[in-house]
Amino acid sequence: MNLYEWMQTSLFLVVLLSLIKPLGTFMAKVYQGERTILSPVLGPCENLIYRLGGVDRDEEMGWRRYAWAMVLCNIALFAALFIMLLVQGRLPLNPQQLPDFSWQLALNTAVSFVTNTNWQNYSGESAASYLTQMAGLTVHNFVSAATGMAIAIALIRGFVRRKAEQIGNFWVDLTRGVLYILLPLSFISALGLVSQGVIQNFSPYRSVTLLEPFSYQQAKVDAAGHPMTDAAGKAMTETVNVSEVRLPMGPVASQEAIKELGTNGGGFFNANSAHPFENPTPLSNFLETLLILLIPGALTYTFGVMVGNTRQGWALLFVMLFLLMGAFSVLQGAESYGNPGLAKLGMQGPNLEGKELRFGLAATNLFTVATTGTSCGAVVAMHDSLTPLGGLVPLGLILLGEIVFGGVGSGLYTMLAFAIIAVFVSGLMIGRTPEYLGKKIEVREMWMSIITILTAGIVVLILSGIAMLTPQALASMANPGSHGLTEIIYAIASMANNNGSAFAGLNGNTPFYNLLGALAMLIGRYGPAISILAMAGSLAGKKYVPPSLGTLPTDKAPFAIWLTLVILIVGALTFFPALAMGPIVEHLTMLGGG
Amino acid sequence: MKDSKPAIRLLIIFTFLCGGLYPAVVTVLAQAVFPRQAAGSLLADAGGRLLGSALIGQNFVERRYFWPRPSATSPFPYNPLASGGSNLGPTNPVLFEQVEERIQTLRGHGAARPFPADLVLASASGLDPHISPASAMLQVSRVAQARGLEVKKLARLVDAQVEGRELGFLGEPRVNVLRLNLALDSLAAP
Repeated sequence: MNLYEWMQTSLFLVVLLSLIKPLGTFMAKVYQGERTILSPVLGPCENLIYRLGGVDRDEEMGWRRYAWAMVLCNIALFAALFIMLLVQGRLPLNPQQLPDFSWQLALNTAVSFVTNTNWQNYSGESAASYLTQMAGLTVHNFVSAATGMAIAIALIRGFVRRKAEQIGNFWVDLTRGVLYILLPLSFISALGLVSQGVIQNFSPYRSVTLLEPFSYQQAKVDAAGHPMTDAAGKAMTETVNVSEVRLPMGPVASQEAIKELGTNGGGFFNANSAHPFENPTPLSNFLETLLILLIPGALTYTFGVMVGNTRQGWALLFVMLFLLMGAFSVLQGAESYGNPGLAKLGMQGPNLEGKELRFGLAATNLFTVATTGTSCGAVVAMHDSLTPLGGLVPLGLILLGEIVFGGVGSGLYTMLAFAIIAVFVSGLMIGRTPEYLGKKIEVREMWMSIITILTAGIVVLILSGIAMLTPQALASMANPGSHGLTEIIYAIASMANNNGSAFAGLNGNTPFYNLLGALAMLIGRYGPAISILAMAGSLAGKKYVPPSLGTLPTDKAPFAIWLTLVILIVGALTFFPALAMGPIVEHLTMLGGG
Repeated sequence: MKDSKPAIRLLIIFTFLCGGLYPAVVTVLAQAVFPRQAAGSLLADAGGRLLGSALIGQNFVERRYFWPRPSATSPFPYNPLASGGSNLGPTNPVLFEQVEERIQTLRGHGAARPFPADLVLASASGLDPHISPASAMLQVSRVAQARGLEVKKLARLVDAQVEGRELGFLGEPRVNVLRLNLALDSLAAP
């Protein structure tokens, strides 16, 4: 890294860390129903929403009802988007007259957005109308993010409450998350992004006369769309002249802001955050990277405030930060080392295939670890073209279960499940009572934590196995050899962990991947989410055990280190064989020049 | 089932709030405060004809223009309606063939190694508007020859088009190829 890259990275960390405490405190106030600086303006709106929505704000829910409300809310959202995609061509705000989605693609897309995955088997600029982008996808970005946050807050209440039946009101938590946290932050960020050049309009696509018209050859097809061949059986080509192109337009900034802030990651355009209209300058890139990590980071502080010991939150944040920067170092090393085979041809410089020039290598890599460590999945570089060890980094972060800051809410609750496992294992090893935050960890908590952590891993291994045995699935690979295996594992890991980024060479828009992926996303989202709520219910019912000499302190460095090790060991044990055959073999191939 | 009522009602409320009101207010404010950026940083000639966007690259293949980075969009390079990268993996033989071919083309036009990575590797969006200053300098002698311009004068023009790091330290120094080529044309016009 050069001096500038050190400066960019350090400044980023300073800005991020300085925002953790103020935002974390604010969010704790919001979810505890206290007055905040925004209450004078938003309080009346909040009341109006409850009145129109038929919500009794003082009603508390047990975990079963909380989970049921969450599921109902998500079913309603899913259905609305699914239908909207199926009839998109007949709805307004569609100046390009884009057609309806196929049912498999609509199913995959609606599941993808409701589960906060935002895996995209379509290209935004050529498939989604402005109405779909706004009233469909943007709404999902908000509500799926607020859903994840609500579940995390319910789990925290489980730790805080004693001998209680209830863990909060889902509708109130959802509304507060959207109204006080996501909407104001998105609003300010969207304007900030426009100032840098992110577009925000409703114009039809604009025609541009090229400075230099050119022509290209394309395969000639007959009226039925089949490629034509000449008498000798060779494919026929025709020359196409290009003197005009069309620039896509749309309300991009408003979606871009919530896409990063809610760790959703579904791009307005196919190239996602690498597209100059989504991410035009180094400064917009800085802001977008910050938005991705902001809420997941600050939620650790909210957790600390709510359990009455902010050091508990800092301990988790320290673990996340350590893993993030470790991943960043490996990625930076691999990408700046570049591709030795290309250097032999006379090329000089880092691996810029699939990267934009303007951001610089370090900022590109920081975005890449942020977007895969959280469940965001927006991309600023094409992960498929990373060097083998570089590509291992985003894949590894996804496979760890989205805890390196993690998705909004889901990162914190998955990390808390890991903390419970860590407490339990250390309890077995050193003979201390397994307690966390004054609550005894018993069989039920262990079960729920294990379900939370292993669901995605099991789904990845089984479904990847199925894909490897299915000829249609293998036909989607764009790159030969071990890289193709990595493409498939990456796709399924990304969907099962609700990340949504891709080794995009793999063609995902086939009935096989659309349906298999929808299944992976559903299990990967709701399996852990419902287990966590069940755990919240059981924790809330327990009495408080005051810390004794036999209690392992969980707000100190030794526990943070132990937690890090547990995370790495669980991840390595689950996935080492698959990773050895994919990226690691490819790395050796690349070095060997073969 | 009493929670199905709020489920449907809140869906409608949030669709109005987050999917209608929020983007509408952002649009109105954005177009009032940053009208040029909100519309796509468009570039037009004196007659008002749209020449492109400062943010979206265009394809150039003639000797007399500076060339942009390779683009993997289909069916032709720099197609703004099909953004995306090549997605070629680092050991894919196709990547090596492509890079070799691009280097041969540059050599054929008189450029010598080292070839900067950005000029022979395709961008992520396929629409990257920039090349590095080194990649622009590598092309100066070719463009100067094709246009009958003095190399020194052209190098000064390129220098003037280099955008520095944002705020002095963010990102990379870069040259906007479309702007450079427009400047080139206006240089030759009078």
